[in-house]
Amino acid sequence: MFELTDQPISPSAETSHLQNASAGALATFEGWVRNHNEGKDVDRLEYEAYASMAMKEGERIVAEAREKFDLLDARCVHRTGDLGIGEIAVWVGVSSVHRGPAFDACKYIIDQTKSRVPIWKKEHYTRGDAEWVACHECAQHAG
Amino acid sequence: MNRLQLRYYAQLREESGCSEESVETDAETAAALFDELSARHGFSLTCEHLKVAINDEFTDWSTLLKDSDQVVFIPPVAGGAHPCSN
Repeated sequence: MFELTDQPISPSAETSHLQNASAGALATFEGWVRNHNEGKDVDRLEYEAYASMAMKEGERIVAEAREKFDLLDARCVHRTGDLGIGEIAVWVGVSSVHRGPAFDACKYIIDQTKSRVPIWKKEHYTRGDAEWVACHECAQHAG
Repeated sequence: MNRLQLRYYAQLREESGCSEESVETDAETAAALFDELSARHGFSLTCEHLKVAINDEFTDWSTLLKDSDQVVFIPPVAGGAHPCSN
């Protein structure tokens, strides 16, 4: 399942949702807020979601992963709002009988989520300015 | 003339100065609507950079608009390969 939350993500709480006596493998991915991007020092990030569509597209991605790979369970949780350095922006967890499908599905879910789910990231820099990341790159290339 | 509901996110929200607005328009397609609103709000992104969703589904820019449609122009997402990176 796919979730949006404006509260800190707890990996242990998320993992507990995937407990399954048949599972021999759990693969997880955590996307962290880092303190720099493209040479600029980052102070904090702001994530904004088009919630109804993000949920729909996120659920679709998790369902695709369950069709493509032999999984027991899968979840993806994405933060919204203001995040500080080191916080978890996105968490993916996948359980399966053997490790192969868990690794593959975990990568599929995070890659698809980052490219398809309508969630935008604004970087606030230590020098005081801020940018919507992908939008900014596009506006520059358009010039 | 259709009355449409617009919602704005990220850069488009900041540039329009609102999260949503109701618009009465003669624009027949999503592309024509974008041109009309871009002229009013001065968007820095053009429709080549954006996707469009009507009633929470991605659709084509040539889609004909109907009364009470909910329209969202979708800027490139944070981790995606944006269309100008080729």
